Amino acid sequence: MAESLNAYLYVGALLFAIGALGVLVRRSLIVVLLSIELMLQGVNLTMGAFAVFNEDMGGYVLMLISLTIAAAESVVGLAILVTVSRRVTELYSDRLKSLRW
Amino acid sequence: MIDDIAFIYLATMAVIAGIATVLVRSPVRSAVSLVVVVFHVAGLFAVMGALFLAVIQLIVYAGAIIVLFLFTIMLLDLRHERSEPYLHKYQLWLGVPLAILILIETGWIALTTPAAAQAMHGKFSPEVIAEMGGAGQALASVLFTDYLLPFEIAGFLLLAAAVGAMILARSPDEDEMPDSTDPVADAAGPAIAAEGGH
Repeated sequence: MAESLNAYLYVGALLFAIGALGVLVRRSLIVVLLSIELMLQGVNLTMGAFAVFNEDMGGYVLMLISLTIAAAESVVGLAILVTVSRRVTELYSDRLKSLRW
Repeated sequence: MIDDIAFIYLATMAVIAGIATVLVRSPVRSAVSLVVVVFHVAGLFAVMGALFLAVIQLIVYAGAIIVLFLFTIMLLDLRHERSEPYLHKYQLWLGVPLAILILIETGWIALTTPAAAQAMHGKFSPEVIAEMGGAGQALASVLFTDYLLPFEIAGFLLLAAAVGAMILARSPDEDEMPDSTDPVADAAGPAIAAEGGH
């Protein structure tokens, strides 16, 4: 099982779907950001598995860039949360609707 | 055989901790569960033979990103969240089917991917990587030649994110009133503010 590409792809798919569930159903914005990191974990696992089993370095490079983007995304997201929390004390995705309607 | 046992353990724990990340109420516990996921995914990388990716995963995710999350959670006041519902009420009925749909889609892709035996064989077989002196050397040999432009763009993205985060998270009255007393001194009372002037 450890030598089959598909086993790793299943785990990656599961992690991605669980993260998507978190993004869709959780109210707290911090946990939504954490769930996005969980989705990126699934994607990273998939890319690493493809890189190793296809014997290509492109997946390594892609994962390095994906790590960079994950870091940038969480930094900017958390900065936005800190800024918002100065005005609104409750960081819920269904409370912050002044920009939506 | 031992690899299979390790794989089953790592995969199960990663998925269980992932479910905990999504469904646990407290954001701190959620972040700690994500650390568990990160460690087990790093273990999966190690089992498949990509030790470099495992180490990078640990350093960047567990060492940097999750720590940043925990710092921010401590910084924000989230005590009131204990008494609030933590799931969307109506979006649940749309979110769960949508997540299952995503699972089916990604699972279908995983199912129809040809097995490792029929996979492509690129230039970097384990023997070639060992001959080059490890995955780090092999990665550098392509990163600074074939993938130079994406690498530079990623570096620029990091710079932009760092500057953007500093501008976003700066307290709003800093640039308007540069000579005013800082909010800490204000909160502590006039005596301290008068004593510790700028």
